[in-house]
Parts: sequence; C-alpha cells; structure tokens
Amino acid sequence: MRKLKTTTKIDFATYIGVIIAFVVITVLMNGGMLTRSFSGMLVPICCSIVMAVSLNLTVGILGELSLGHAGFVSVGAFSGVIASQSLVNAVESEPVRLLIAIVVGAICAAIAGILIGIPVLRLRGDYLAIVTLAFGEIIKDLINCLIVGVDSKGLHVLFNAKGTLTVQDLNLKEGGSVIIKGAQGATGIKTISTFTAGFILVMVALIVVLNLTRSRSGRAIMALRDNRIAAESVGINVTKYKLMAFVTSAALAGAAGALYGLNYSSLVSSTFNFNMSIEILLMVVFGGLGNIWGSVIAAAAIKLLPEMLRALADYRMLIYAIILILVMIAINNPTIKGLLGKILPKKKGDEIDG
Amino acid sequence: MDRFAHKRGKLVPLPSDSLVPERDLNSAPVLETRHLGIEFGGLKAVDDFNLTIGKTEIAGLIGPNGAGKTTVFNLLTKVYQPTKGTILINGTDTHGMSTAHVNRIGVARTFQNIRLFNNLTVEENVKLGLHNHIKYGMAGGILRLPNYWKQEKIAHDKAMELLSIFDMEHLANHKAGSLPYGAQRRLEIVRALGTNPSLLLLDEPAAGMNPSETVDLMENIIKIRDTFQIAIMLIEHDMNLVMGICEGICVLNFGKVIAKGSPEDIQSNPVVIEAYLGKKKEGE
Amino acid sequence: MEFLSYLISGISLGSVYAIIALGYTMVYGIAKMLNFAHGDVIMVGGYVSLLTMTSLGLPVWVAILLAMVVCTILGILIEGLAYKPLRSAPSLAVLITAIGVSYFLQNSALLIWGANPQVYTPVIEGAVKLFDGQLSITYISILTVVVCVVIMIALTIFTSKSKMGKAMRACSEDKAAAQLMGINVNKTISLTFAIGSALASVAGILLCSSYPTLMPTTGSMPGIKAFTAAVFGGIGSIPGAFLGGILLGIIESLAKAYISTQLANSVVFAVLIIVLLVRPAGLLGKYVPEKV
Repeated sequence: MRKLKTTTKIDFATYIGVIIAFVVITVLMNGGMLTRSFSGMLVPICCSIVMAVSLNLTVGILGELSLGHAGFVSVGAFSGVIASQSLVNAVESEPVRLLIAIVVGAICAAIAGILIGIPVLRLRGDYLAIVTLAFGEIIKDLINCLIVGVDSKGLHVLFNAKGTLTVQDLNLKEGGSVIIKGAQGATGIKTISTFTAGFILVMVALIVVLNLTRSRSGRAIMALRDNRIAAESVGINVTKYKLMAFVTSAALAGAAGALYGLNYSSLVSSTFNFNMSIEILLMVVFGGLGNIWGSVIAAAAIKLLPEMLRALADYRMLIYAIILILVMIAINNPTIKGLLGKILPKKKGDEIDG
Repeated sequence: MDRFAHKRGKLVPLPSDSLVPERDLNSAPVLETRHLGIEFGGLKAVDDFNLTIGKTEIAGLIGPNGAGKTTVFNLLTKVYQPTKGTILINGTDTHGMSTAHVNRIGVARTFQNIRLFNNLTVEENVKLGLHNHIKYGMAGGILRLPNYWKQEKIAHDKAMELLSIFDMEHLANHKAGSLPYGAQRRLEIVRALGTNPSLLLLDEPAAGMNPSETVDLMENIIKIRDTFQIAIMLIEHDMNLVMGICEGICVLNFGKVIAKGSPEDIQSNPVVIEAYLGKKKEGE
Repeated sequence: MEFLSYLISGISLGSVYAIIALGYTMVYGIAKMLNFAHGDVIMVGGYVSLLTMTSLGLPVWVAILLAMVVCTILGILIEGLAYKPLRSAPSLAVLITAIGVSYFLQNSALLIWGANPQVYTPVIEGAVKLFDGQLSITYISILTVVVCVVIMIALTIFTSKSKMGKAMRACSEDKAAAQLMGINVNKTISLTFAIGSALASVAGILLCSSYPTLMPTTGSMPGIKAFTAAVFGGIGSIPGAFLGGILLGIIESLAKAYISTQLANSVVFAVLIIVLLVRPAGLLGKYVPEKV
C-alpha cells in the first residue's frame, strides 16, 4: 500500500497547491495588489492549465503525439460563444450561462474528438501526429468559413466556402444579432469568464484526469502506452481505451476553449493555429509526460515567461527559443544528465537487486 | 463418438492430433486446431498444424530456431490472423476474433521478449491482467463511487494472492521495468493468470534462468496447472524442463509438425534427432 | 485552357514542395525526426539570395550559390548544435527542439530583416505564350519543374550508386549495424542535413521567384505542406517525396481554382488523411508490422 499512498499524496498535494494559489491570488486581487496585466492573465492561465492537463492525457498517458489540440480548443471556444451569445436574453445569470457554454463547448469538442479519433487512432507514431496536425488546420479553416447569427427563430448558420456570402445572407429578423462573421470571427462577445470559473474548471480537469489515471480505465490506457501488444494479450480493447482517452482530452480542451472564448470580446479562428497546439505541447513536455502537476506548473510558467521577458522587448521570443533548445538538451543529453546527477541528490528505492 | 461435433460443424477430431489421448477423456478439449497455417508473402511460416490439447494437459512445442513456434502462439492469440485453417478454443471457433477477444474466451500468454507495462507497478500489471474481471466503468472511476473502492479492494486482494504463487508480494509497489530478469518472467506469468485463462501459453519461460531457478519454475508450472486446473502449452529450448514436465510434445521444423507424442517417443524419434542434429552422412 | 494553366501552376508549385520534401524525407529517413525547422531554412535561403542580389548587387548565379552555401552550413550547424546532443533522446524531445530551432530562425530573421514583407526579385522573368497567348507559362515554373526532376534523378543515383549514398541508406535502416560496418554515422547524418538544407535553399529561391513576397514566416507553411507531401508519398522514399510533392501541388492549385481559395489547404490535408487511412505508410511507402 506504500506506493498507492504516494500517488494519493501527490494527487492531494496537487489539489491543495491549486487551491492555495487560488486563495492567495484572490486575496491579493481583492487587496488591489496585482497589476492590471497580471489580473488580465489569470483566466488565460487557467485555460492553458486545462489545455495542458488535457493534452497530457493524450500525449503522456495514452502515449500518442497530437499536434492538433488547438483544433479542439477552437471547437469549444466557438460553440461556447455561440451558446452563450444566443442565450444572452434567455438566461440572465452570467455564471449559469457560462456553465452552459462550457458544457456545450465540451460536448461539441468531444463529438469532434470521436469523429477524428475513430480514423486517426488507427495510425501510429509520426503518422498519427501529422494527421492530428492536418485535422487541426482543417478545423481552423472550416470555422473561418462560418457565418452564424441568431434571431427570434433560432440559430442561422451559413458555410461560406466560396467567400461570396456576407452577413446579409443570414436574413436575420429584426432584433437578431450576428455572432460569427466568417473570417472576421466572433465580435461583440459578452465577456463572462471569471477567475473563479477558471479555478473550478482547473479543479474539475484535475479530478477527471487524476482519478481516471488511478482507475481501471486509466490503467488500461497506460498499458496501451507501455506495450500495446501485451495490453491486447490481457484482453484490453485497444480502440475503446484509445478513444476514451482521446475524447476525454478533447472534451476538456473544449471546455477550456469555451472559457477562453468568453474571456475576450472578439475571437478569430486563426488564434487556434498550429503554434497554439505547439505551445500546449511545450507545456506538457516541460511539465513531464504523464506528470499532471508538472503540466499545471509548466502551463502557468510558459504563459508568464514571455511576460517576464517583456523587458527584453524584441529579443524575448528569440530568448524563449534559446531557452527551449537549451532546456531540451539539458534534460535529455546523457552527458549533461550525468553531470546534473552528480550535483543533485540521488533518488532512493528505484532499483532493486537480485 | 464425437460429443462436440455440434459445436464444431463438420470437423471431426483426428485421434492422432491429441498429444495425450487418455487425458481428460470426459471433458472437451481446450484447444483444437485444424489445418492451421499462415503465409508471409508466399512463404509458409506454419503449415497444416493440427493439435488437440486436453483440459489440464501440459504440452510442449519444440523445434529448432526459426521453426515457427512463436508464430504458432501468435496465430493462437490472433496477433496474426491465420490464412488457413481453424482454431477452436473450448469448442468456440475464433475466426475473425481479435487478440483481446481471444483472451476473453480463455487464452493467455507470455512473450519471448518480455512485454510488461514497464512504467506501471507490479501490482498494476497484475490488476491489468484482472482488467476484465474488475467491474466498474469510466464514470465510476472518475467519481470514485462506492463500487470503485469495493472493486479495487477485491482486485488488490486477488492480485496479492496471484503474486504469492511466486512469493512476489513484497515487490508489489516496484516498477515492473525495474525488476530483475527472472522476476519479470514470473510477473508475466502472474499477469497472464489474472485473465483467468483455460489455456496458458508460455513462450520460453526458462530463458535466461539458472538451473536452480529452472527447477523452481518447473515445480511452479505444475503447481499452477493443479491449482487453476488449466492447460499449459510451452515453447522451450531447455530439454530438461520440456522432458521433465510436458505430458505431450509436438515438434515443429520449417513450419510443419514432424513428430508428436510422449517425451519418451520424441527422445527416440529419428526424425526429431535429425532435425536437431542434422542428417547423418552415409557410413558414419 | 483555364484548367491547363491551373494544372501547370500546380505542377510548378508541386515541384517546389517536392524539392523540400526530398530534403525532409532524407532527414526523416536517417534521423527519424520531424524537422520542423526545415521550412525555416527555406526562408533563410530566400533572404540570403535576395540580399545578395539587391544589397550587394551581385549576379543571380552568385546569389544562388551563396544561398546554398549559407543554408548548407546552417543545416550542419543546426544538426551539430541542437540535434546531435539528443541522438539517444526520446523522439518527442527532438521534436520540441526542432520547434525551438524553428522559433529561433524565425525570430532571428524578424530581428535582422524585420516583419514587413519584402518583394522578391525573381531569378528569371518572362513567360512563353502558347495558343495565341491564351496560355502563358512563366519561365520560372518551367525552371522549377526542370530543377526538381534533375534533383530527383541526381538523388536517386546518388543514394543507389555512390558510397556515401549507400552509407546513408544503411544508416536509415539500422544505425548500430551501419556503425559496425565501419560507417561514420555522425558524418553521414551531417551530410544528410547538408544536402537537405542545400535543397531547401534552392526551393526557397524558386518559391520566392514564383510567389514574390518574403517574410520571416514564409517557410513554415510550405515546410508543413512539404512534410505532408513526404508522408503522402511514403516517408523515406525519394520517388515517394517527388510524387507526393507534385500531387499535392496539383491538388492545391485545382482546389484553389474550383473549390475554394480559403479551403485549399484543408482539401490538401483531407486528401492526406484519406490516403493515410487507406495506405498507412503513404503511396509508395512500405508498411512494416510490429514484430512480436
């Protein structure tokens, strides 16, 4: 039972760490001790944490490289915005509307996850990676063609593939409003995301992913990562568990997307491009594959790092790139690892004799 | 009189396919293969493989390197889909089944090059063997409903019980990948037993073990058969082990069965000797 | 006639993709890594040749030569400094490093040359007019196709006949065995990066001559698409990269003309997905099942 207790301890430490951070930041914010730019980053940081934790489920725990996570975030963001904007009059309470938007975002992203997962998860390794990249780009382009409006008769959706349609083609009735204007994206969004909502979403994501990993299903997912053939030989249904991890990951990303979308008054689909997928992947890799609390810290750090480097102005992205390369080499090169190993204290109990 | 013909369609077992005809006369055979074969790009890796194994039989599959022994295991567990023939497990035709499905109807195996879940603990590895016998779903796991705790407790106790076969309980919380070689081989057997098989396939279980470990292993294989009342089929190069515990032996060479029978028969069979030692020249 | 002109521009664009994809496929074959920085080498090639022609006022052939030399050195440096220390690291670590290198190149270009798009002077101008001027084919597209075919043939001969080429193939098959046979694996990998980067610079010059704007991010999308082309044709295969590149160019050009400008990239990616689902190792790749 010793090891079981260790993982439980880590899980609780993660929850408590997040709760403490939330309490401290809330107190500081109420005391007016936070800068405006920092408070403005709180919701995006929460979104990034959820995105990173959810991607870690696919990359770290299932062991399949996905380069299109931003696609799911995008689906969640736009469906969440559509849900929230079309319910502005029907549901007055902002928290309730936000909750509905997040649930809608999660469901839509989960559906996208199923549609993409079924064909994609048959592929392996780099082929899977390139196809997720392709899907991410396709989602971005498709959303770019959407024109959506709402009026008393309900939602109106146009698909502007040729680029010839305009908002007028929606034929909205008097009092209707346009939600998404094609390539211009969504504008006039009522920003209803709050830091508290972000904190709750982070906690939900953590509970879902951590509890899943410690359960029967999570074990099956990790077994597929460690040795697919052996997993099959003990009767584990490969497609079922791959899809379970992939879709859960997509749904959480969608929820994060909805929160993200409702934090800004305007939103364009090109935000959710390949670079965003890569940024989320960086958070996962820096935090450690399969290491959930690592993702939480790395996500927050990577979001804050460019801000901290702001003083360096134009050089910050360059320095960011150099840090990235150096860190990757430092943690993966055997020689440097050996040097670090001599300096840092050794971990006990990893090896057993005879 | 074939009592199981109704389950098998037109197939009629040939007495000669049974390695130990007198064993388990009153129960259905665990495994029957009929004209089993697979081709890889025209090369017949296994051809016309017929074998019947009784309910609690220990059978050996031997042959020189590259004879197709592991391929037979891969066919039985559907890692490869056969291009010819039929496999019946407890009378059920496994045609078109996946590896996972074949496991669920009673075939478990170990691998020649050990395949454990290296980043998971020993206990988790065994619990994965028990996977299809733990009854709660994804939601139950995430929400940690009462059933989760109950089922995990049962699984833990069962895992410890299985580990006790090889006195490995104290290793339960170690990473499987950090175990020494012999313990890894034993853990693979425990994990396979967790799936509650009726046929256990062991691919070179004694590889890399020293003579005293091999003797322990032989005792344990017999103990497993007696405790779980299952059939065991093993591929092994250690002839002391094969001749010591197998009741029937099947010899493969170039994908074909060249001899079948009791250990005594096999030891004195000239065809087998030739396959292993090469043909004697005239006058030698 | 309209169709023909779209087809020709597709083949010309596809030839650029093919040249980049050839470099990509060789690097992937030997280093087993998705080199996301490959596309940015194209951009560097573009800037170097542009500056040689405009700022230094040197002739075109000097510009091409200089771009190739700079990119070759750049390729060797990237490999030696960033990828070589990670030879035994997990592939994800190498991938992230490649992305780091890509960011580095893009942001360096941003600092040196600025974010504003620059107008590129095509290496040759003018066009042949056919059918009473109804169909016009630019010299640059003819040149692109010719260069691509020449490179493909040269690479095929190089890898099948020359000693270094055979060493490359040996390394991509099994590095340990190649080392035991006395092949200098590190040198071979460096050489592969050098060739790949030289090809990227050529592709950069041809790409910018056809689509004459140049920005620090110019290389990233062609880079991703060329990789798609390499996967499409079967990664690791030289004829596969050629075929994949040309087909991708044609699909993109026709999709732009007849389906939708905005969705042209999506159509390309959708075709890739369909091909991979039907043939998991690409058009000309060999599928190797896992050994049990």
